[in-house]
Amino acid sequence: MKNSQDTNKLDHMSRPPIEYMGIDSVNGPLIIVKDVRDVGFGERVEVTGPDGAPRQGRVLSISEEAAVIEVFQGTSGLNQPDSRVRFTGRPFEIIVSRDEVLGRIFGGLGQPIDGGPAPFKGERRNINGYPINPVARAYPRDFIQTGISAIDGMNTLVRGQKLPIFSGSGLPHNDLAAQIVRQARLLTDQEGFAIVFGAMGVRHDEAEGFRRSFEESGVLKNVSMFLNLADDSTVERLITPRIALTVAEFLAFEEGMHVLVILTDMTNYCEALREVATSKGEVPSRKGYPGYLYSDLASIYERAGRLTDRTGSVTQIPILTMPDDDITHPIPDLTGYITEGQIVLERALFQKGVYPPINVLPSLSRLMSDGIGEGRTREDHRDLSSQLYAAYARARQVQRLASIIGEEDLSVTDKRYLSFARAFENRFLSQKSNEDRSIFDTLDLGWELIMLLPEQELTRVRKEEIEKYGKGNGKNSNAGNQEQPASP
Amino acid sequence: MKTDESGTPGGKSKKREGIARIVLVSGPVVKAVPAEKFSMNEMVEVGEERLAGEVIGLEKGIATIQVYEDTTGIQPGTPIFGQGLPLFVELGPGLVGEIFDGIQRPLKVLRERWGDFIHRGKIGTALPREKVWSFEPILKAGDDVSPGQRLGKVPESKGVDHFILVPVEVKGRLKWIANGGSYTLDDVIAEIESHQGQTYRIKLYHRWPVRKLRPYKERLMPSEPLITGQRVIDTFFPLAKGGTAAIPGGFGTGKTVTQHQLSKWADADIIVYIGCGERGNEMTGVLVDFPQLLDPRTQRPLIERTILIANTSDMPVAAREASIYTGITIAEYYRDMGYDVALMADSTSRWAEALREISGRLEEMPAEEGFPAYLASRLAAFYERGGQVTTLGDHRGSVTLIGAVSPPGGDFSEPVTMHTKRFVQCFWALDKELASARYFPAINYLQSYSAYVSRVEQWWGKRVGGEWKGLRSEAMEILQEDAKLQNIVKLLGEEALPDDQKRIIESARLIKDDFLQQSAFDPIDTYANPEKQYLMLETIMHFIRRLKDIIEARVPLYKAMELPVVSEIHRMKFVYKGDDPGPFKDLESRIDQEIEKILKKQASKSYTTFTTGAA
Ligand SMILES: Nc1ncnc2c1ncn2[C@@H]1O[C@H](COP(=O)(O)OP(=O)(O)OP(=O)(O)O)[C@@H](O)[C@H]1O
Ligand SMILES: [Mg+2]
Repeated sequence: MKNSQDTNKLDHMSRPPIEYMGIDSVNGPLIIVKDVRDVGFGERVEVTGPDGAPRQGRVLSISEEAAVIEVFQGTSGLNQPDSRVRFTGRPFEIIVSRDEVLGRIFGGLGQPIDGGPAPFKGERRNINGYPINPVARAYPRDFIQTGISAIDGMNTLVRGQKLPIFSGSGLPHNDLAAQIVRQARLLTDQEGFAIVFGAMGVRHDEAEGFRRSFEESGVLKNVSMFLNLADDSTVERLITPRIALTVAEFLAFEEGMHVLVILTDMTNYCEALREVATSKGEVPSRKGYPGYLYSDLASIYERAGRLTDRTGSVTQIPILTMPDDDITHPIPDLTGYITEGQIVLERALFQKGVYPPINVLPSLSRLMSDGIGEGRTREDHRDLSSQLYAAYARARQVQRLASIIGEEDLSVTDKRYLSFARAFENRFLSQKSNEDRSIFDTLDLGWELIMLLPEQELTRVRKEEIEKYGKGNGKNSNAGNQEQPASP
Repeated sequence: MKTDESGTPGGKSKKREGIARIVLVSGPVVKAVPAEKFSMNEMVEVGEERLAGEVIGLEKGIATIQVYEDTTGIQPGTPIFGQGLPLFVELGPGLVGEIFDGIQRPLKVLRERWGDFIHRGKIGTALPREKVWSFEPILKAGDDVSPGQRLGKVPESKGVDHFILVPVEVKGRLKWIANGGSYTLDDVIAEIESHQGQTYRIKLYHRWPVRKLRPYKERLMPSEPLITGQRVIDTFFPLAKGGTAAIPGGFGTGKTVTQHQLSKWADADIIVYIGCGERGNEMTGVLVDFPQLLDPRTQRPLIERTILIANTSDMPVAAREASIYTGITIAEYYRDMGYDVALMADSTSRWAEALREISGRLEEMPAEEGFPAYLASRLAAFYERGGQVTTLGDHRGSVTLIGAVSPPGGDFSEPVTMHTKRFVQCFWALDKELASARYFPAINYLQSYSAYVSRVEQWWGKRVGGEWKGLRSEAMEILQEDAKLQNIVKLLGEEALPDDQKRIIESARLIKDDFLQQSAFDPIDTYANPEKQYLMLETIMHFIRRLKDIIEARVPLYKAMELPVVSEIHRMKFVYKGDDPGPFKDLESRIDQEIEKILKKQASKSYTTFTTGAA
C-alpha cells in the first residue's frame, strides 16, 4: 500500500494556464476578475501589477460571471486596467526533495530566501495535502523524552502527536519550544530526523533566535524553515503552515524520517483568516472569526501522525498566544478541541520566576496513557502522575484558602499541601533552560515530592509503589529493560 | 407485472439521469441550472469524476448542491448528473466490523484503491458484492408475510445474526425462498407476491434514504437500564435502552473516553460509533483496541458488534452533516431486526457547525451565533429517532442515542447545548475543574441528571436484590450537603467546621474518590458490573453510617479515617470484580470490628476520666 500521494497521478486539475488583462475590482486582499472561462475552484493564480512583480493568489469562488481571488502578497499597487491575471490551471503546489529542502530557509510561500536555488528536481505536491485514511494510521505510542519534567512526567509527548503550547504574550514559549527541539533529539542515533519550522507573523529576532538555537545544537542541516515574518503579508500566512506540513509529510512518509514541526504563531494565522473572511463579507461566528475556523484549523493540525506501512512520523508542536491569556478565546478553544492535548503556560507562575511556567492542571496529553508505563517509561508512571495531579489541584485550593485565612489557620494536612505546592513549583516544574532530565530522574523527583504528604492522602498510588519508589528513594528502581525513549 | 429489485422506495422508480450545468463553485457548495432537472435532496454526481453530492436547495431556477468531496478544480460549465433518488445507505450483511466515511464509503476499500490518503471520486459500492454469505431461511414458501418479518438470517459475525426482513411496504405471500446456502448480495433469495399481485424480489441487502426514519409498529417506554459499567452513570444517572443522553463538556473533559467506554462495555447488541468531525487517531484507536477487547456478555471481540462511521475533522464538511444520518439509519435497521443498538455521536456540535457552514454559504438568515434557525428542529428530529419500539415484525428493539456536545469555551449556555438539553433525558455534564484534577469521569454530579431513575429502579431491585434507589438517594444527599459545606470550606478552611460537618466532608470524599471516580485505563476498574457497583456503594455507605457512631461517641473523626479499613475501601475497586460478594461482606465486618475497637477504647477512656475525676 505504498502509493505515493503524488498529486499528478490522482489529481483532477490540470489545464494550460490562461491569462487575462485587467482586474474588475479590488477589496482588501481580494480581487475580482469578470468574464473568465475554464477557471477552477481553488486554482493557483499569478497576479502581476504595473511593478512587474508577480504575486501569488488562489481562486476562492468561481461563477460564470466572475472569479474571486485572494492575493497572498496583498493588493496594494494593483491597478485595475494594467494588471495581468494568470490562472495556472493547477492547485497550489510546491516541489520537494529531501536535499533541496533540508538545511534551507524559505519565505512564507516557499520561495528560497537563503540565496540558494528553488527546489526543482523533486516531486510536486498539493499544499493542502489529503486526509489520512484512519485505517492507514498507526496509533502513536512511542514516548519522546523532552527532558522537561512537567512534560515528560505529566503531559508526555509521543511520536506523531499534535501537542500545542498555549502561551501568552511575553511568556517564554519560544525558549520552551527551542529547549524541546534541542533536547528531544535522537538518543539512539540511527533513524533520520528532521525539523520543519513554520513561522507566521513572528518578529525577525524570534525567527533568528530559533535559527541560532538550531545552529548551536548542530541540527541546522536537518532543519527546513519557512518564514512569514511580522512585516510580511498577512494573507500569505494562510499558506505558510500548509507548505511546512507538505514538506514534513514528504520527509516523514516518503523519506521515512521522524519530523518535528513547530508552527508559530497560530494566533497570527487565525487573524489572517479572519481578515479574509471579513473582506468576503461572511457572517462571522464568535469574536468575528469565521464559522469554519474549526475545520480550517483541523486541516492543519490533523496533518500529524504515523502510518502503519511507513516508517516516518509527523509530530506537531504549534504555538499560539492566547489573547488576554484567555483560554476560552476561540483560537485556543478550537485548537484544544482538535489537538491531542495542550501545554499551558501561566503568567502567575512566570511572575513567581518559574521556568518553564507550565501550569499542569489545564495542560493535557491525550496520548500519554498509551505511551507510558512498563516497557515504555516505568510501571509507576501513570499512578504517580495521577497522584501529582490530584495533589497539586488540592494544593492550589489550599493556596487560595491560605490567601484568605492566612497560613497559620490551616489544618496540619493543608499545611503539608502548601509546602508540597512550593516544592512542586520550585523543584519539579522549574528547571534550567539547558537542563535535560531523564524520565527516571523526573519520576524519582516526583516521588520525593509526593512523599511530603501524609501517606493516607496518597489514594491514587498503590501501596507497593509507595514502598518501592516512594520509600526506596527510587535510586535502584531504574533497572529493568525500558525501551529507549524515541526521537521526535 | 412490475418487479422491484430491492423493495425500497428509492429502488422503485427507474433511474433517470437529469443533467445540469454548474454556474458557481464556492467550497463545498455549488450552484447549477436548470433546477428543474432535480428534486430536493436528490443525489447527484458532479463532473466526469462523479463526485458525490446532494441537492439542498431549489430556488429561482437554480439548484444548490452540497458536494461531499473536495471541489478543487471544479469549474462552471461542468455537468452535474442527477441520480433520481435521495441520499441512501445500503443495508445488508457486511456492515458489522467495518468502518465507513460519512457517506458510507468503506474506508478499507478506499485504502486499497488510493493508498494511505483519501482522494476523491467514485468508488464501487458500500457493501461488497463479491463476498459470499451463508443464508438460512426462516420462513417457507407459501407463508403469509407482512412488513418487517424475519425471512431468514445470515451470520454476519460470530456474535451477530443478521436477519433479512420483509421490506417495510410489502404484504403478501412468500412465493419462493432460497434454500440454506451461500449467496452474494446480488442474488435473489426470496420472492414475495403482494396482495395486489405485484412480485417483489428480495436480496440480502436493500437501500434506504438516510433522511427518512424507518417505520416501527409502536413506541415503548424505556424501562430497562443500558448498563455501561460506569458507576457514575449506572448508579447515579442511569441510561435506559432506547433512551437519549448528551455529554457536554469543554475540550479534554472526557467526552470521547466516555463514549469509547460505553462502546466497549454497554450491554447493547450493536454499537454504531460516529466520529463526526473529530480526530483520526481516535478512530484508529477503536480499530486497534476493539478487535482485542472482549464483549463481557459474549466473550467475542468487541469489533464483531461495532460499526464505525468516520468523518474526521479534515474530511469534507458536507459529509459531516451526512454522517449522522448514515449512522442513525444503520442503527434503526438493526433495531428493526430486534436488537438493542447504542449509537454514539462524537460530536454533535461538529454536525451543527457543518449545518452552520453550509447555511452560511447559502446566505441564509442566521439565528443565534450564526446557526441556522432550523438547528433546534434538526436536533429534535435526530433524538426523536432514538427509542424502544415494537418493530413491524413484532420484535422488541431499541436505539439508544448518546451525543457528545462540544460547547465553545465550555460554556453550556450556547445554542447547541441549550437545544440538546430540551430533547434528551440524560444529561452528563462534564466539568473542567474535575478534569484538570484528573478526576475521571469528570461528570459533575450536581449538574447532571437522568429522567430514568424511577424507571430502572425495578430492574435494579431484581438484579441486586437490595434497596438500590434508597442507597443511591442516601449517597446523593451526602454529596449535596457536602456541596453546601464546600462553600464554607473555601472561605474558612476545613478546620473551621465542627466534627459533625467534617463527617459529611469525609463521607462525600469517600463517595467521590472511591466510588464515582473510575479509571478507564485500569484493567479491572474500567468496567464494574451492577453487582460490583451495588456492593461497593453498600460497603462505603456502611462505613459512612458507622462514622455517625464515632461522632456521637465523641471520638475525633481523624481516628476513624486513619483506620486500616479505609485504605482497603480505597483499593476495592482495583481488586474485586463483583462476581463474588464475599470480599465486600468481609470488608464490612472488618469495618465493624475496627470501628467497635475505637469505640470501646473511647468508652473505657471516658470511664477512666470519669473515675479519676471522681476520685
Ligand atoms: N474515564 C476516564 N478515565 C481516565 N482518564 C480519562 C477518563 N476520561 C477522560 N480521561 C482523560 O482525559 C483525556 C481527555 O478526554 P477526551 O479525549 O475524552 O476528551 P474530550 O472531551 O473528548 O475532548 P475533545 O472535545 O477535545 O475531543 C483523555 O485523554 C484521558 O487522559
Ligand atoms: Mg473528544
